[in-house]
Amino acid sequence: MTKRFGDRVAFDDVSFEVGYGEVFGFLGPNGAGKTTTVRTLGTLLAPSSGSAIVAGISLSPKNGPAIRSRISMMPESPGLYLRLTVLENLQCFAGLYELDDVRGRIDRALGAVNLEDRARDLCGSLSKGLRQRVALARALLNDPAVLFLDEPTSGLDPVATREVHELIASLRERGVTIFLTTHRLEEAERLCHRVAILNTTLRLIGRPGELRQRLFQRSLDVRLRTPLGDPTAVFCAVPEVERWEQTPSGYSLTVSDPDLAAPALARALVGADADILSIAESQHSLEDVYLELINEDVEAKRR
Amino acid sequence: MSFSWRRVGAILRKELRDYRRNRFVIGTMAATPVLFITLPMIQLIAANVTGNTAHLSLRIGLSLLYMLVIPVTMPSVVCAYSVVGEREQGTLEPVLTTPIRREEFLIAKALAAFVPTLVISYAVFGIFLAVAALFAHPVIVSAIYAGPHVLVQLLFTPLLAGWAIWVGIAVSARSTDVRVAQQLSVLGSVAPLVILALMSLNVITESTALAIGLAAALLVFDLLAWRVVAAMFDRERLVTGRRV
Repeated sequence: MTKRFGDRVAFDDVSFEVGYGEVFGFLGPNGAGKTTTVRTLGTLLAPSSGSAIVAGISLSPKNGPAIRSRISMMPESPGLYLRLTVLENLQCFAGLYELDDVRGRIDRALGAVNLEDRARDLCGSLSKGLRQRVALARALLNDPAVLFLDEPTSGLDPVATREVHELIASLRERGVTIFLTTHRLEEAERLCHRVAILNTTLRLIGRPGELRQRLFQRSLDVRLRTPLGDPTAVFCAVPEVERWEQTPSGYSLTVSDPDLAAPALARALVGADADILSIAESQHSLEDVYLELINEDVEAKRR
Repeated sequence: MSFSWRRVGAILRKELRDYRRNRFVIGTMAATPVLFITLPMIQLIAANVTGNTAHLSLRIGLSLLYMLVIPVTMPSVVCAYSVVGEREQGTLEPVLTTPIRREEFLIAKALAAFVPTLVISYAVFGIFLAVAALFAHPVIVSAIYAGPHVLVQLLFTPLLAGWAIWVGIAVSARSTDVRVAQQLSVLGSVAPLVILALMSLNVITESTALAIGLAAALLVFDLLAWRVVAAMFDRERLVTGRRV
């Protein structure tokens, strides 16, 4: 799909699949088109071109109400009626989804977010974190086939963020399909089965580990008590070492296979009379992947 | 999925609960009737019946015109908030992501303004008639009941409210600021009052046939306004604030 607002392209030629029960992370910097993608899939915006199937239903204006009855969206702002109680907010949305057993569903949704005892509180009296949990309860009311969460921890303090993470993790355990947009990389790494990185176009998609491997060659970090006299002689003696560089804490070696390279390297270093502090495989985080891609885009734009 | 009165009811209940706890709405609903009933009642009670009949008729006409300001101002102020207010609060997007259709949303919003307006307007008119019967000169009381005065009040109250509601919602759907929406919607809602003012001021001779004819015309305008507002209500524009 592509979505344009006049001359401005919100997202371009984006194509992906999300499996049943999967937690799919949608990452990107501000203005990358994440929220617009969610709004388009949630039938709030019409795509400029392309097609999609959401919760098994083809995306079209005619199918809007049918799709919206099978999905739930939690926008970045909780969007609660602050003069209404938690219960009244949920009753309103249960009516909008035309749900049966309203009281039972509300109880279950509040139970899922641990807010049973706050049902009679006015939403305006709740903290930001609690409001986010009410919004999540609201999104769970209709047992959605797909739950879209748009920056669910935006503006929350670390404690509230952790609570929301725990809730999402519990939903993942229950097999709820979740489409999570975020620019918090640790959030995506912790919660998502797969992630996609969007920067107007889809830059990369896969499991966080796969993305690391795809972008970064495997390497070993070597720390020694004192620098080597002739590092080239030591490292070039190990066939698995492709190249090396000195770092502030020691040496970084690009290797073909860390499992083979590490023991051979240890032997070579002992042979060179070096005092080894550690030999460990370099750990690239999702943040490294993300920054690498976004930097590439910045460089490309500069050129 | 067809039109659902249950979804309409969900929004309607939510709106009425929200009004009940909203000091601004309660203030508007309480102050407007008090404002527009006090002056006409004083005018009628203090009226000099020995003067010429044209002057008396003008006073009665003006007093009743005041009553018709209530169904115009009250819903236009409330409806002006209905869409832009929700957008400002961030509550519009969650509602639009549910299966609700635009017609259901609009009818719910309209009913939420229409029902209290009708109840308050008719109640105020009832109080006006009762006070007039108790305290005004019998000549004035019989003049109020003579001619199309009561019919005009009964017919035009819901029709004017309908017009004000659709103007208010239309302005609200296209505005980015609540205060601007309120000013514009009050301004746009008073247009039909001009004809009624001309009748009250005896510029146009009042008659039952004219009242029914004007009411029919206003009904047509109300229905057209509903169609126009429904066509203007675009989810994409409401969410992004951009012209599509």
